[in-house]
Amino acid sequence: MTLIRLFEQESERQYKRARIGGYCHLAIGQEGATVGAVAAMGPEDLLLSSYRSHGLALAKGVPATTVMAELFGRQDGCAAGRGGSMHLLDPEHNYFGGWGIVGGQLPIAAGMALAGIKEGKELAVLCELGDGAVNMGAWHESLNLAAVWKLPVVFAVFNNGYGMGTSVEQSNAEPEIYKRAAAFRMPGERVDGQDVEATYQATYALLERARRERQPAVLEVMTYRLRGHSVADAGTAYRTKEEVAEWAEKRDPIAMVTEKLMAAGVTEEELDEIERDAQREVDEAVAFAEASPMPDPSTLADFVYGDPDTGRQFSRMAPGSPAGEAAVLAQLEQAA
Amino acid sequence: MATTASGIETMTYREALRLALREELERDPTVFLMGEEIGVFQGSYKVTAGLYDDFGPERIMETPISEEGFVGAAVGAAMSGQRPVVEIMTINFILVAMDQVVNHAAKVRYMFGGKVGCPLVIRTPNGAGNQLTAQHSQSFEGWFANVPGLKVVAPATPADARGLLKSAIRDDDPVLVIENLQLYKAKGEVDTSVDGAVEIGRAAIAREGSDLTMVAHTFAVTRCLHVAERLQADHGISAEVVDLRSLRPLDMETVAASVAKTNRALCVEEGWASYGVTAEVASRISLACFDDLDAPVGRVGMAEVPMPYAKSLEDAALPHEEKILAAALEVCGA
Repeated sequence: MTLIRLFEQESERQYKRARIGGYCHLAIGQEGATVGAVAAMGPEDLLLSSYRSHGLALAKGVPATTVMAELFGRQDGCAAGRGGSMHLLDPEHNYFGGWGIVGGQLPIAAGMALAGIKEGKELAVLCELGDGAVNMGAWHESLNLAAVWKLPVVFAVFNNGYGMGTSVEQSNAEPEIYKRAAAFRMPGERVDGQDVEATYQATYALLERARRERQPAVLEVMTYRLRGHSVADAGTAYRTKEEVAEWAEKRDPIAMVTEKLMAAGVTEEELDEIERDAQREVDEAVAFAEASPMPDPSTLADFVYGDPDTGRQFSRMAPGSPAGEAAVLAQLEQAA
Repeated sequence: MATTASGIETMTYREALRLALREELERDPTVFLMGEEIGVFQGSYKVTAGLYDDFGPERIMETPISEEGFVGAAVGAAMSGQRPVVEIMTINFILVAMDQVVNHAAKVRYMFGGKVGCPLVIRTPNGAGNQLTAQHSQSFEGWFANVPGLKVVAPATPADARGLLKSAIRDDDPVLVIENLQLYKAKGEVDTSVDGAVEIGRAAIAREGSDLTMVAHTFAVTRCLHVAERLQADHGISAEVVDLRSLRPLDMETVAASVAKTNRALCVEEGWASYGVTAEVASRISLACFDDLDAPVGRVGMAEVPMPYAKSLEDAALPHEEKILAAALEVCGA
């Protein structure tokens, strides 16, 4: 949680220094939900998420170095500089994106769960989504498919109160989102996402049941972002300063867990050490990202296709090709 | 199917597709089918008839009417290493799954730096002509051929239907296989004694000729072949017909070589020509064959109206042979 907080604060600084471009959605304030849900995953379980993805990637074990390098748009980023902030991915750590269209990752999560069953694996898929995604058709279609096909998916709705600047109350006929699971005859639960332990327990139980009984579920994780929707949003037009301040003062997940840990006998020195280690990891991530080269323009067309025959397939396209296609065709021919 | 000793069988386009599906299901255990009514119902256009009985509900997976959901699920399964073959009942219905096709399937490999692929096949027919009206008579293949990350093939014969579908299933990237409602019943020879996979990205000369090159795909190829016979018989014009077979990648070498020989080109498609496949091909011919051309490149597509119901109006809207013939004569200055 500390690593995510410090990483996100650093991301904000680097964005303001224009080292990070594009959209940049921070998870500050959501560390309890993020870590609680991801820590509950089994070693074979798969994670998919929305574009508020830095924290989820870090929690899943994706190295801070390759995440920061990706935000910097560098060659050694976890998506080779093709994805950026919204499209992190690392199959080695069972993290399958980082998706930019609201709700788009839901049917894909269902399909990965289906593939797991076909391969005879006992795995579950944890699919994080924001509260804004629950009014998309993809939500309805994915939950229905997961239910009729008995797919082991837990849809973790990180409800931070606002889809961009529109409140959950304003946009939902049923603002208690977990209740919508009933329409698909699947369990729906709500948990305090600022409480990392409660989130862990709730997620763990639902993932376990998903694996054992092929029972999909909805977990509504109540949380709050202490920053705007993205770094370009001050986050003040649609909510009061008092509201933000109250969450920061009374419901900061890191402060909440710190209090618990100290009550359990963890010393201030130990907590300082955690913070020092996290800060060192963030500093190393920035150094790694700075040292990593920009992707060479000659690699522009790498990864458009992956089939080994693609170069040959495209090799006869050249006569009359518009100029923008030349680099791509050259690349494909080289690959052939 | 009629069989001869050599292995050459006469079968319909529909049967050839079914044969390819069966052969690939038998060859590769990661291949499975998804779609509406493809199981017990035997397929809306009966392409999958009999497969459910032979392969069972896990390999022939019936879906709810939920295109965005099951196309997305196929993307996820493909990312996990399965080879899903999705049937979209007609291309008109793919629009509700457009986000999964264009924003997801086409982007997976590139957007994530090559760490994961998406060996997905989507089969779906285009076409019009059965009074199916505005929402069920469209041809959108050009939209998909516009998108880097996708491949689009469009067979016009039973042999190519089998061969291109096989290649699509074996390809590691997302491939749309554009079938055609009118062609499902068309018959042709298929050599079942060989694997018969057809390389993606290779056009075919459907008819040789020396005076005019007609470029088309799916059912427009059939229309052009009929027109070519009439051009020969009634006007003494020898027309060559290039069957594109693949829209992305596009085999411009074959098209350009033909135009270099004939010096005249007419591009034909089932859908609207504006911003369409014919627009792309005509533009490339103009660049590649500028010095060879004796006349501007001609184009024929469907009339630019939503497809009407009344037979007289539907006939007026279709890119039928009379329109193609008139355009061919104009390109030839005849």
